[in-house]
Amino acid sequence: MSDLKKEIDDVSGVDTTGHEWDGIKELNTPMPRWWVYTFIVCCIWAFVYQFFYPSWPLISDYYKGYFAETNRDRLNDELGNVAQQRSVTLDKIRTMDLEDIRRDNALNTFALAGGKAAFGDNCAPCHGTGAAGFTGYPNLNDDDWLWGGTLEDIYTTISYGIRSTHEETRVNDMPAFLKDELLTKAEIEDVVTYAQSLSDRSIKATESGRVLFADNCALCHGEDGKGLREFGAPNLTDAITLYVTDRDSMIDIVSNSRKGVMPTWSGRLDEATIKSLAIYIHSLGGGE
Amino acid sequence: MKLLNKHAVFEKNSILLLVGILIMVSIGGLVEIVPLFYLENTIEKVEGVRPYTPLELAGRNIYVREGCYTCHSQMIRSTRDEVERYGHYSLAAESMYDHPFLWGSKRNGPDLARVGNKYSDDWHREHLKAPSSVVPETIMPGYPFLAETKLSYENIGLDIKTNQIIGVPYTDEQVENAVEDLKAQLDENSDGYDAFMERYPSAQVRDFDGNPREITELDALIAYLQMLGTLVDFSIYDESENNR
Repeated sequence: MSDLKKEIDDVSGVDTTGHEWDGIKELNTPMPRWWVYTFIVCCIWAFVYQFFYPSWPLISDYYKGYFAETNRDRLNDELGNVAQQRSVTLDKIRTMDLEDIRRDNALNTFALAGGKAAFGDNCAPCHGTGAAGFTGYPNLNDDDWLWGGTLEDIYTTISYGIRSTHEETRVNDMPAFLKDELLTKAEIEDVVTYAQSLSDRSIKATESGRVLFADNCALCHGEDGKGLREFGAPNLTDAITLYVTDRDSMIDIVSNSRKGVMPTWSGRLDEATIKSLAIYIHSLGGGE
Repeated sequence: MKLLNKHAVFEKNSILLLVGILIMVSIGGLVEIVPLFYLENTIEKVEGVRPYTPLELAGRNIYVREGCYTCHSQMIRSTRDEVERYGHYSLAAESMYDHPFLWGSKRNGPDLARVGNKYSDDWHREHLKAPSSVVPETIMPGYPFLAETKLSYENIGLDIKTNQIIGVPYTDEQVENAVEDLKAQLDENSDGYDAFMERYPSAQVRDFDGNPREITELDALIAYLQMLGTLVDFSIYDESENNR
């Protein structure tokens, strides 16, 4: 070390550390220059950084840095700027009637684009990326609506949900006819046959099935089985169904009831986004 | 080079080296950790955050066991893209009762910090059983066994007790009634319902897995997922109070 004389290695021309093990000596090769310079620059940078950014804790506060900036402030500025840029359009969407927004070409284009983005983030997991739905999650491309397909209807459904946690949620309560002991198993078989006959003429319904339907189902699904939207009761006479419609599944639905849930989005999404979503969904093909 | 050569003293005396290391590390700790405990502005006060119910805690244990955190973060950062997609950025207070926290940094799947009440229980059931049945483009594996595995909840009281020891403000009453509370959260008509709601005021009560005959791991996991990020009401949250 320092007290030892420098000893230059013959082969490499570099001095050694002076350590020796069985005649083998360790070279004391200096760090590469680029590395040393990078290290020094990093040390200097550390001091610069301390000055500009929040760094040192103090007694009752901390040093906030020359910029005195936080991520949250930056985010608020950024969101504020975006809101500012869009404020004219967003204000119109917020305050104007849905039907008027749809008729205004510029606003409609804006709402469709915003609605599409929001749909991908929030609605696609249940209704599918293309809004074609899955078993239990309605297809939004067709004109078969459970709770109505006008802009206002769609807006209400998105805002408050179906059987959601919101006070104003859309809700209906189809009884579980077997579980709640309202009908016997045989009666359910009978009424399901009648319900199937509504959409399939090859199936012959019994008179007792018709009576059972009129007594138990017609109040919500209508005398003719075409459904009533104020109750969210589906049309049973068409081929479009929310759940599978083989006989066993239908018996299960009548016996145990399904009660699907759509969450409420008011609160999670802002007013303009919900309105944009309503316009987007209305545009998919089935809007009324 | 004179000064650098003094370093040889440390290299030749291991005890001295150890003492030197301890001093250096303590300085780091003093500067970086200690202030977090006494500086007012590093401590967020947020209304609504409460400890997990026994059922949610059991669900959280399953979340950890299955390694959900390896693909899902629970931390919405304060950037525009995240806030626009997931909602209000996460607050430190929202994970104050997490031991350990599950912020994560890997996102093969979406962030789950505010997934609570975003989808229906039905959806979670189907999605956990076979994710691609509802989201065809997903790469998430299925967890069909959760619905068939009975939840082992007999010792959930000890779990709550442990949390109490490490600083989560559970009352002794909550520790003692853990098993009853767990059952009460699954059934509105149970005897323990009123007492449960008194102990955990904002809890969601229902049969989460759609199978009232059994308490399954799926019940617990969905109960946990459905409360994530729902405790703080951001319509009354005053941002400026914690933005210092």
